[in-house]
Amino acid sequence: MIALIIILFVAGLYCILVTRNLMRVLIGLELLTKAVTLLLIVAGYATGRQALAQAIVITLIMIEVVVMAVMAGVILSIYRHTGSLDASNVKSLKG
Amino acid sequence: MILDKLLLIALVFAALWTVMTRSLLKAALGLAVTSAMIAIVLFRLDSPLAGVFELSVCAGLITAVFISAISLMKPLTHKETIALSKARIKRYWFLPVIIAAVACIFSKSAIPTGIRVLPQAVELNVQEVLWNSRSLDLFGQIVIVLAGVFGTVILFRENNKK
Repeated sequence: MIALIIILFVAGLYCILVTRNLMRVLIGLELLTKAVTLLLIVAGYATGRQALAQAIVITLIMIEVVVMAVMAGVILSIYRHTGSLDASNVKSLKG
Repeated sequence: MILDKLLLIALVFAALWTVMTRSLLKAALGLAVTSAMIAIVLFRLDSPLAGVFELSVCAGLITAVFISAISLMKPLTHKETIALSKARIKRYWFLPVIIAAVACIFSKSAIPTGIRVLPQAVELNVQEVLWNSRSLDLFGQIVIVLAGVFGTVILFRENNKK
């Protein structure tokens, strides 16, 4: 199970590091969050504290949803502004 | 036990497919499949409430957000797709090698990868933990949801002005 969590984390991290597509960065971030979710639940299962682990995971999922929704909006705005999803096109922040 | 192992292997393949597939839409669907499988794993680990949240919110809502965002973007032309797919193969061939290496390390090393369940601690149920012990978390959740709503409204209001 720990190996699976590490594999999920590595896949998400690799996705973020390798790609320049902003949507794929978001997908990588989502995979990282899933690895953390699984780690919390496994820790709760191993220590016999499933209720606490579930409460923390519910909070994590709420944060995840908000981050994903706002980031999708930001990426959409960037796409409308630059016409591409390439992160290398977003170099200048003019305020 | 065999079912659990099959589930975990399928989960790894779904995550790999999510990262390596060319189409963004397929990647979003792969993410939904990964979420659904994680929800099943959560059910198997005696965490049904977290499983329900994972299934409905992560596999449902976030996928809907992804797909609607992707559908608002222009698809690539045939030439761009071919050029990108050649570059992608160079960038992504390394991922299965890394994952195979991680699997080998964990299968051969002395690191305990299984779950050793400790004796059950005396604990309240999820509702009591969430409403009594972790009530500040609920306040944080409300603030975060409001921040997300206002952030999204501001983003789209700026677009309308333009």
